[in-house]
Amino acid sequence: MITVVTFRIAMRALRRNKGRSLLTTLGIIIGIAAVIAVVAVGQGASVSMKEQISTMGSNLVMIFPGSQHTGGFRGGAGTQQNLTAEDGEAILRECHYVAAMTPIVRSGAQVIYHENDWSTSIQGIGTGYLPVRNWDLADGEPFSENDMHTAVRVCILGQTVVDQLFAGEDAVGKTIRIRNMVFRVVGVLTRKGSAAFGQDQDDTILVPWTTTRRVLQNSPFNNVNQLLLGLTSMDMLAQARAEITGILRQRHRLAPDAEDDFMVMDMTEITQMITKVSSMMTMLLTVIASISLIVGGIGIMNIMLVSVTERTREIGLRMAVGARRRDILLQFLVEAVALAGAGGVLGILLGIGAALTVSHLNHWPVLVSPGAILLALSFSAGVGVFFGFYPAWRAARLSPIESLRHE
Amino acid sequence: MLIELRHISKIYHVGEIDIPALGDVSLDIARGDFLAIMGASGSGKSTLLNVLGCLDQPSGGEYWLDGQEVGGLNSDALARVRNRKMGFVFQNFNLLTRTSALENVELPLYYGVPSTREERRRKALALLTRLGLGDRIHHHPSQLSGGQQQRVAIARALVNDPPLILADEPTGNLDSRSGDDIMRIFKELNEEGITLVMVTHEPDIAACAKRTIHMRDGAVV
Repeated sequence: MITVVTFRIAMRALRRNKGRSLLTTLGIIIGIAAVIAVVAVGQGASVSMKEQISTMGSNLVMIFPGSQHTGGFRGGAGTQQNLTAEDGEAILRECHYVAAMTPIVRSGAQVIYHENDWSTSIQGIGTGYLPVRNWDLADGEPFSENDMHTAVRVCILGQTVVDQLFAGEDAVGKTIRIRNMVFRVVGVLTRKGSAAFGQDQDDTILVPWTTTRRVLQNSPFNNVNQLLLGLTSMDMLAQARAEITGILRQRHRLAPDAEDDFMVMDMTEITQMITKVSSMMTMLLTVIASISLIVGGIGIMNIMLVSVTERTREIGLRMAVGARRRDILLQFLVEAVALAGAGGVLGILLGIGAALTVSHLNHWPVLVSPGAILLALSFSAGVGVFFGFYPAWRAARLSPIESLRHE
Repeated sequence: MLIELRHISKIYHVGEIDIPALGDVSLDIARGDFLAIMGASGSGKSTLLNVLGCLDQPSGGEYWLDGQEVGGLNSDALARVRNRKMGFVFQNFNLLTRTSALENVELPLYYGVPSTREERRRKALALLTRLGLGDRIHHHPSQLSGGQQQRVAIARALVNDPPLILADEPTGNLDSRSGDDIMRIFKELNEEGITLVMVTHEPDIAACAKRTIHMRDGAVV
């Protein structure tokens, strides 16, 4: 009952000074709004990144060749690079946890169909590519083992390439020109969307990796840019990595004390990296938020001190008509908390508004979490209590006679 | 007796020096009395009124109010006494600015026994109407004349039905006609049984009271 009355008195006092109340809370409003908005954008980005990573394929492990200068030994005689398709086949054969494998050879080229042309990436792949990437064909047939052995000029198109070259026409069975060589389109991929780091996964052409090496790059060697493995289960990740590393070290004839001349990466590392980046962001934001809240709190303290001085007569009068020191303390404390709390609420609304505007304009995903809102609210109320206490204590300590005489 | 003062003294300590403001004041004020306290400035009449109003603690002596010794009470208990037993009327009205007459009158009720919004409104409205301000209840102090402001202050002093009203130069800031109005109200209240103690330096205002005491150098003469 007492608190309800005290609350009502405080609210009345704030309403008497609407303009100043709003200006006082501006610091808190801006601080909270900034935090809510940036956290919403950050969390939205983090969630959508994780979603996009899962579109890259499940249970993925990637192997990249090591740096050319630091590798201890090279592969077989005559190779320039040390990671070969045979390495991949050996892993598929010998490692218990690998279900599928594809080598990847990257290239790029201008492709032409009739009067349309388009510059895109060419990926030389093995037959394991589609299962490993968890990617289906919208139309046509996948490559056969025979296509791989004979390095035939066939290709599978991503949706973006189909859109650019064929514009609605049926692509399968047509021929396109890649670097002035004729390739037959045997299949079209389903649409996959953009990847974790923003590149368009559909803007690609798949050809047998042997074709890429022998025909497009005119190279006799079997080294590849990357091996992509699909594990039977992510639970066996540690064992799988150990076996893969063992097999590759043996095949590359590395001495026991030599460093690996290849890199094994899996999605957990990328996920961890994203988590790490986003937790760093969160920490940074927390620091900025704390600073802005402290600044806002000091603003509230200043205004409350001014208010106590201005309203000395009012305090004296309230004491004369029966207010206890406790009532005065509570009144000013509630005023400070209400200022900060109202600032928090307005800040949250403004922050959500800003986040939604940003997401609408830039098509960024945003996520306003209830946790952030709750934290912002309790933080701003805490600021009100902390910075409101000193002015309120000063008010409660005033002597009624002196206060009534105050001009 | 509503008020019994026994050998009340008040000494202010300013640095190393002790300044005696009241020395050995004994005074009885009966229920239904209307007392005017006169004296030059510095004679101790305001200090006496502050002690009577429980705004200031006496340095020595006993103060019995309505059968209760209030000299030794703590600040919370004094606040309670001020709320229940007395109402104040000041020279400069001391109304809350930017606050309606109605809300100004309701103010003491917030610190009294728990009451509903309707009760507070009803009491304040009744008092303002009685004092001839029924059509001014939503006016702010700045929209009221001095006499009207003082009548709002009297309504505020009466809202808790106290047995005692303490007035400190209640007509000091008013023209003589408004001053006469206020004194008429005081007399009326006194006839209803409310005890009034009023500090003034105007003899014709003091003449409205039932009895007058004079103070000099912190003592009743």
